[in-house]
Amino acid sequence: MLELIDVESYYGNIRVLKGISLRVPAGAVVTLIGANGAGKTAALRAIAGAVKPRSGKILFEGRDITGLPLHAITRMGITMIPEGRAIFRRMSVEENLEMGAYSRRDREIARDIAMIMERFPILKERRAQPAGNLSGGEQQMLAIGRALMARPRLLLLDEPSMGLAPQAVAEVFHIIRELNKQGVSILLVEQNARQALKVSSFGYVMETGRIALSGESAKLERDSRVVAAYLGKRA
Amino acid sequence: MFWQQVINGLTAGATYALVAAGYTLVFGVLEIINMAHAEIFMIGAFIGLLLVTGTGCPVWAAVAGAMAGAGLLGWALERLALRPLRKQGVSHLAPLISTIGVSIFLMSLAMKIFGPQSVRFPASVEPRFFNLFGTVNISLLQIVILGISLALVVALKVLLARTRLGKALRAVAENPEAAGLMGVNVNSVMAAAVVMASALGGAAGVLVGLQFNAVSPTMGIAYGLKGLAIIIVGGMGSVAGAVAGGLLLGAAEVLAIAYIGSSYRDAVAFIILIAVLLIKPSGIFGKLEGRKG
Ligand SMILES: Nc1ncnc2c1ncn2[C@@H]1O[C@H](COP(=O)(O)OP(=O)(O)OP(=O)(O)O)[C@@H](O)[C@H]1O
Ligand SMILES: [Mg+2]
Repeated sequence: MLELIDVESYYGNIRVLKGISLRVPAGAVVTLIGANGAGKTAALRAIAGAVKPRSGKILFEGRDITGLPLHAITRMGITMIPEGRAIFRRMSVEENLEMGAYSRRDREIARDIAMIMERFPILKERRAQPAGNLSGGEQQMLAIGRALMARPRLLLLDEPSMGLAPQAVAEVFHIIRELNKQGVSILLVEQNARQALKVSSFGYVMETGRIALSGESAKLERDSRVVAAYLGKRA
Repeated sequence: MFWQQVINGLTAGATYALVAAGYTLVFGVLEIINMAHAEIFMIGAFIGLLLVTGTGCPVWAAVAGAMAGAGLLGWALERLALRPLRKQGVSHLAPLISTIGVSIFLMSLAMKIFGPQSVRFPASVEPRFFNLFGTVNISLLQIVILGISLALVVALKVLLARTRLGKALRAVAENPEAAGLMGVNVNSVMAAAVVMASALGGAAGVLVGLQFNAVSPTMGIAYGLKGLAIIIVGGMGSVAGAVAGGLLLGAAEVLAIAYIGSSYRDAVAFIILIAVLLIKPSGIFGKLEGRKG
């Protein structure tokens, strides 16, 4: 479904992706883990079109999407929930959901909003309030709901559990499983490597702009290098 | 006497509010100050003047024509002076300089075409007065200025609050990258903001030209400075703040003329603006929360 071939990208003069290749098969959850500053966010932003790769290719459903603008990639069926969620704080909860459907022109938008509010009742309760008033966990639910409004086939999640209480983290991972069951393919970036490897079938480990390691998640979980660097003693 | 001043103040304030709304729209969505706005306002005034003298059309049609012309100018400004710089990812000072360049160009162009002296509207649009409650006079012109300003500000508010474009404008104002992720074409929305702001400026130009019955290449300068002062006082990026600040400035000026003397007009007005900033540094409707990312 998604394939990156030797993608290189820069922030200013800094080479943040030094030629990475990875694949997300249709219907899969794939995770990308790595230390702070490894380039995980940079990789997602390159896929979503927020930064243009300097070289390499990005293919989505067989089509070359390298260098397309952000909005064009969204319209093709890829949605990213960025690091820090990036909800529209001054807009109402409902308007945030409407923005999620911005690229759609069909008549089922109102129905989908109702469905998402059904799934996340707190959003219904707060529908008219500025989204900035929601708690961190609620904002993450809104960010997920907003992303779903685009009816993505591939969802890019950048540290969805960041800054959340344990209960909200569990909820986020539960939702990831649920979405995947509904057929959404997912590329998940996480600091919480243990949980990320649990929900995914395949994993990549990034180190300073490169893919250092990859393999089936179950195998990575037991790999001594991964255990030492990302899973700590408890593994 | 007092109510007469209120009406005069509201009329002046309404045009300030329109000019300031244009600055604030561009600042809110693009995070730049469009230094060419005042000259687009001036060109709008000339378009209105040419329409009235050339075709004898009614005021509303002249305003509509000026809005279309100024909007087109705004579109060209965005394509030629703002978008290329944005692509390069240069600092926020660069568009400040490029719009100053456009502003100087437009003023020189107007000087060349129309000459430096101010031009009057034909006598057919001279003010007619209506008497309200014995002592208070309101001219037809004042009614037109207040009515058109109010209609435009309300239309802007409704557009921002209710329409698809309005929501996209607010989303880009908060976070352009996140808006892009939603499928918003950020470049087009930014262009729309500059076009709308310029159209408002063009309308204000015609109304001010009518108000003082004078249109000149330099008429934008004072309005530009006041418009900028208003958005700082009203809260950068806030349309409500632009309207409140505009009306406040208009009222302050008129009351200063009436009770202190006309030579103190600008001084008193700016003292009030400074006082507001001392009390509330982020402006009347200012939000301290800036844009992220
Ligand atoms: N806006 C920026 N300008 C310049 N360099 C940046 C910028 N943002 C990040 N970087 C650098 O790019 C590299 C990759 O950053 P990236 O954000 O992709 O890391 P990450 O793996 O997502 O880290 P984290 O786990 O902290 O989110 C880092 O060295 C970082 O310092
Ligand atoms: Mg990151």
